[in-house]
Amino acid sequence: MDESRESDAAGTKNQTTVERRSERELVVTRTVNGPARLVFEAWTKADLFRQWWVPRSYGLTLVSCVMDARVGGEYRLAFSHEGSTMEFFGTYLEVTPPSRLVWTNEEGDGVTVTTVTFEETAGRTLVTVHDLYPSKEALDANSGSTGALPESLDQLDELLVNLGSTTKE
Amino acid sequence: MVQYSVNFNTSFGALSDATRRGVLEQLGRADASITALAQRFDMTLTGMKKHVDVLEQAGLVTTEKVGRVRTCRLGLRGLQEEAKWIERYRQLWSARFDELDTVVENLKRQERGDGRKQRK
Repeated sequence: MDESRESDAAGTKNQTTVERRSERELVVTRTVNGPARLVFEAWTKADLFRQWWVPRSYGLTLVSCVMDARVGGEYRLAFSHEGSTMEFFGTYLEVTPPSRLVWTNEEGDGVTVTTVTFEETAGRTLVTVHDLYPSKEALDANSGSTGALPESLDQLDELLVNLGSTTKE
Repeated sequence: MVQYSVNFNTSFGALSDATRRGVLEQLGRADASITALAQRFDMTLTGMKKHVDVLEQAGLVTTEKVGRVRTCRLGLRGLQEEAKWIERYRQLWSARFDELDTVVENLKRQERGDGRKQRK
């Protein structure tokens, strides 16, 4: 099929899926073209992690990124955007190279638990990010370490709400 | 980026066609290349390109060209609140993973290239 030819072409991206599995759970999946040990490295070493966690197009700066990826170790990310700073932090509950990573996210109300698994097949790695939020409300607010890049998106939201109200049938 | 200064007649026009509604439905499940969409709807590449152009004009679809492949995804307009929220989240992760690809590519290259001199 053409699809496979395309995914072999240099620069073609794999698909990212998101599924809301329950009131408190969100699951993201994506295949990365590389072995699990390298993908795992990119998730657990601060100097690598900071190169990809904040997409360049989002206009946010990751001002600091500290990761002690051991069981009981902590991470702390600080972002700055238009003069304000936000911090995300938590603790690693499980660190099993190169297949599994579990951390908490603790700066909000209640604790969100993020479980990331890395499954390698033929040199490619399926990454599954599972977030368990403390409540439905917390999920709806999209708090937590994996989703929150709020300010830049709020502006877009506003724009969309305005457009939406004009186009509703 | 999405062109938001949209003439609303454009979007009604965009939605008036069954194929284009099908394309939106398809993109609601996953991003797809124009080639894949053309196959899925059994039409020529040129035909599908025209449909996608109309959807893009209306802000219902965004496209991004990488190499020779143009990938289409749902524009944020025209989605219901929940779907919009999920899509926004997906776009964040999609962008994130695209950057992760680069990081992993570099790691692979380092391993291949300088053998034992690779980063620790």
